[in-house]
Amino acid sequence: MIWQSAAEFWAMGGYGVYVWGSMGVSAALLALEVLLARVGRRQALDAVCEAMDAEALDGQTPSAEQDFSAGAARPVHFTRGAAS
Amino acid sequence: MKLFHYAAPQHFYPLAGRLWPWLALLATALALAGLWVGFMVAPSDAQQGQAYRIIYIHVPVSWMAMIIYLAMAFWSVLGLVFNTRLSGLMTRALAPTGALLAFLSLWTGALWGKPMWGTYWVWDARLTSMLILLFLYLGYIALTSAIEDPRRSDRAGALVAVVGVVNVPIIYFSVKWWNTLHQGASVSFTQSPRMASIMLTGMLLMSLAVWLYAAAIALWRVRSLILERDSHAVWVQQLPEVLAHRTLRGAT
Repeated sequence: MIWQSAAEFWAMGGYGVYVWGSMGVSAALLALEVLLARVGRRQALDAVCEAMDAEALDGQTPSAEQDFSAGAARPVHFTRGAAS
Repeated sequence: MKLFHYAAPQHFYPLAGRLWPWLALLATALALAGLWVGFMVAPSDAQQGQAYRIIYIHVPVSWMAMIIYLAMAFWSVLGLVFNTRLSGLMTRALAPTGALLAFLSLWTGALWGKPMWGTYWVWDARLTSMLILLFLYLGYIALTSAIEDPRRSDRAGALVAVVGVVNVPIIYFSVKWWNTLHQGASVSFTQSPRMASIMLTGMLLMSLAVWLYAAAIALWRVRSLILERDSHAVWVQQLPEVLAHRTLRGAT
């Protein structure tokens, strides 16, 4: 071990503010990014659920990858540019 | 071909779901090892005392800030050439992490500069080009979120990513091309490293950790982006996590 005491470790030879200011802010912002990514996941799942609810109200089944070769009419509905 | 198979969001989604936990786990383990070596094993620096320990975060985030932009440019070229939908989503998923790491590079650099140079900031070629990189990331994010139509948004973003990539070699070689205050490279491809091997070990462990973290969080984020963009697709609406979430919300 290179440190004699915990106090010496935190002092960082007088550069504590700079060293821990760097490490602390980096750790905090990375943690915040993970948190925001988790929120993003929940919002994405919400968006899918809302799309499903809207389609249920329309009384339509989703159009993507459905087989329309048998001459069935392709249902018209709004996609956000994705299922093209 | 297998690669093009995974270029379809439908196939990439489960692959990303399988990959990210392992990358995150490995990133955590390497970060702990790197911090241990950097803060508990490596001695202080002869010239900089303990302040040099900032490099254990500064160098990894700076490298990764540049590499992520290269990755965004790479995906953008693929997107522009092959018109694959995954490319735009991957570029979009990488940008926030790139912006964050570019900011941390500037932040940790400033906190190192104050005790070592006597100033937080100078308009030095290395620092200025890094600031431009941060603005490129922010510009990409602002532009892509301002354009509603996903295809046009992806295309405009791809152009920014490809054009802006010239800045990356400028950052990398700035310490050679101009007489900068920023020191030259501590580690290069052509010479043996100019630092003690134990310090180098700590720095490389941290670099690998940041690399894997960036990959893990980008894969996590691209999964959310795929769900949003394909929210009308059958395969998305039949995913077990979607059905579970729907039950949780109380199906209407």
